[in-house]
Amino acid sequence: MEKEKGNSVNPTNRRNFLKIGLVAGGTIAVGSLAVTKILSNDKKIESGVKRTVFTQDGKVFTADQTHLHEYEAPPVSNEEARRGIPNKKFVMVIDEAKCDGCKKCTEACQTMHYTESDREWIKVFKMQDAVTTAPYFFPKPCFHCDNPPCTKVCPVNATFKRQDGIVLIDNERCIGCRSCMVACPYSTRFFNWSHPKEQPELAGMAYSPEKSLPRRMGTVEKCDFCPDMIRQGKMPACVSSCPMDAIYFGDQNEDAVTNASGVTVKLSLLLEDNAGYRSLEELGTEPRVYYLPPKNRKYPKPDMNSVDKKKKAGKPVEKEMDMGNMSM
Amino acid sequence: MVNERYDLKKEIETVREDCLKPTRRWARSTRIWIGCLLIVIAWGLYCYIHQLRHGLGVTAMRNYVSWGLYISTFVFFIGISHSGTLVSAILRITKQEWRRPITRSAELLTFVSLLFGGIMPIIDLGRPDRLLHLVIFGRLQSPLMWDIISICTYFVGSSVFLFLPMIPDMALCRDRLTVCDTRFRKFRKWLYTKMAVGWRGTKSQWHRLEKSMTIMTIIIIPVAVSVHTVVSYIFAMTLRPGWNSTVFGPYFVAGALYSGSAGVILGMAAFRKLYHLEKYITPRHFDLMGRIVLALTLIYAYLNLNEYWIPAYKMATAEGHLLTDLFYGSYSIVFWTLQFGTVLLPIIIMAFPKGRSPLMLSITCIIIVAGAWVKRYIIVVPTLLHPFMPIQEVPGDWSSYFPNWVEFSVTAACLAGIFLVITLFSKLFPMMAVWEVEDGLQIEYDKQAAIDIRKQREAEEALANGPETDLGTEPIKPAIIIS
Repeated sequence: MEKEKGNSVNPTNRRNFLKIGLVAGGTIAVGSLAVTKILSNDKKIESGVKRTVFTQDGKVFTADQTHLHEYEAPPVSNEEARRGIPNKKFVMVIDEAKCDGCKKCTEACQTMHYTESDREWIKVFKMQDAVTTAPYFFPKPCFHCDNPPCTKVCPVNATFKRQDGIVLIDNERCIGCRSCMVACPYSTRFFNWSHPKEQPELAGMAYSPEKSLPRRMGTVEKCDFCPDMIRQGKMPACVSSCPMDAIYFGDQNEDAVTNASGVTVKLSLLLEDNAGYRSLEELGTEPRVYYLPPKNRKYPKPDMNSVDKKKKAGKPVEKEMDMGNMSM
Repeated sequence: MVNERYDLKKEIETVREDCLKPTRRWARSTRIWIGCLLIVIAWGLYCYIHQLRHGLGVTAMRNYVSWGLYISTFVFFIGISHSGTLVSAILRITKQEWRRPITRSAELLTFVSLLFGGIMPIIDLGRPDRLLHLVIFGRLQSPLMWDIISICTYFVGSSVFLFLPMIPDMALCRDRLTVCDTRFRKFRKWLYTKMAVGWRGTKSQWHRLEKSMTIMTIIIIPVAVSVHTVVSYIFAMTLRPGWNSTVFGPYFVAGALYSGSAGVILGMAAFRKLYHLEKYITPRHFDLMGRIVLALTLIYAYLNLNEYWIPAYKMATAEGHLLTDLFYGSYSIVFWTLQFGTVLLPIIIMAFPKGRSPLMLSITCIIIVAGAWVKRYIIVVPTLLHPFMPIQEVPGDWSSYFPNWVEFSVTAACLAGIFLVITLFSKLFPMMAVWEVEDGLQIEYDKQAAIDIRKQREAEEALANGPETDLGTEPIKPAIIIS
């Protein structure tokens, strides 16, 4: 059923198109699958700007830009969404030395996923490991662990690990037992406790675990590394929205990660030069998100006195000492 | 005097009458009691429908405390269900004769608390409409699946375990109740006939019953142990501080036995008083059960020490924050009340013979059962409020938890359901295993007879050795075995 819907997207246009990949264009994300279409019988006036493209079978040719269209990949089938993108291992690097805690990543994520303000799929913590150590900002998405505690405990395989490293949730299968929420040591998962807010933009949208939308009551949701964006050759919303270029995203197999400005660096070198680490390594969850320590910061450090001052009524559970929970 | 002791037939007749009497009359107080229970259940049902319509958001649970009263109650009910196995199976296997009047109520408690314990996680589900997914997409690697499998196995097993010894009693009810003036005579006749499954009390039937009881007794013990072990695994298989513990399996089993056997005593005390069974359930039964609960409480206290003292000595980062909160923080009053009031205090009370009198032991067991329930809550909730990542800038209701009226109402309805099933059961079926008590009398009688025969023989020998000794003209009659 889902599959049929997916295939029925613009069937008439697609017939005339030739799928080709875009070679040119400086800021293509690493690991992108950007595909464009050429209108073979387009009578439009040519712009004169030529782009070099290559077809799926590897032939390179030049075409006028007017003939090139962004190819919107149809929603993938549930089976495909569970399998993942072949030959990829997605990885994220977050540079604490660059993060100034502006929360633009959270905002972009919430806009893209039509999330209510209390649910932060990527949340910027103010951290201080000990009273004597430096405080720092700690943006925390889902870590898409290689040894995920969450997928292990799921009784119905509603949350699963894909071959490209991404951990997703199928909210059409989730029974809402919340075992995964309890199992996740990073408190990454959110539950739809009530009916999700009506979103006119989402009306009639076909569900795919890759989009995590539309959300459903009684099911779990979390950061999904934006696989629908990746399939379009774009970066996850948090990465491309970071004004500080603090978040890198890429493919471990290619050993390359790219930030919002389009700067691509060698992953292994980046981690080596900056002493990259992973959160709560001792738990053995093998996160796919790396952090670079807050060394030589050019931005003000977080004010730890402000932590929890903004909290609304309710028993203050969070205490100063709980800040030390992040052991490294 | 000798004649009185030997009147086994009359004695058995009294047992039968005493056991069947409560099933014959529905006193007004019973009807009022059932009415009250039905009101509680109806209100709980309304609250559950409210929860179904508007989602689990109507409860106090939020993203940090995503398991609350429902799951705590689930663990508690499953714990109570250990009672039947303990009393019935273990005492059966060790051939404790005094078990006879209390096995039925213990087995019933297992059956009912398991039934409602199994419902609790379903109530807690966000999508109960997708329950079938557990069958279609079920993963054996999930601890939740182990729970489902072992609880279902235990439920089937304990149903059989409850039903098997009921068969001869059902035949008795079938043969007796229908001739008396009883309510719903037709229904009862049908029910008892069906449940007696053609029992006529032949030798081969007795043989088969005894054989199957022996098999069930042996099977049910490991199944019961497995149930609470895997219930603990839904917690212990996570990395969370407070749950990430290797002692959790035995800790939960000990806690279950401790609360379950206390539950049995409460059942004993209630039926003793309500159905006037003082003659059968004697202070001796309370004394012996009190000793068992004492032993189990000591084991539980020992495991408590292991569970808290070992990490408290080390105070590792995340675990240390949780323990600080339990020992000195917001949960300290509840925590220490539980440790001293519901573990240590009962040990002291039950250590003295006076503390094992029916009244004192019943009061102690109320404390134990209530304490066990709160302890489940203290195991589940504080851990969820102490995640590895700090709780920062979240809505106020995320960072604290106390069950709200919906959760209390639904849970109360489940508790009322337990009481309702027990009440209805006791109004339909004898609450003591009649034939087992009869067997006990028979054994007692045989023993007496053997003593008498020996005495008689000694007397005869004495007579043969010394003709001058006169022990009476008539020799004592040998025992008459009633089949």
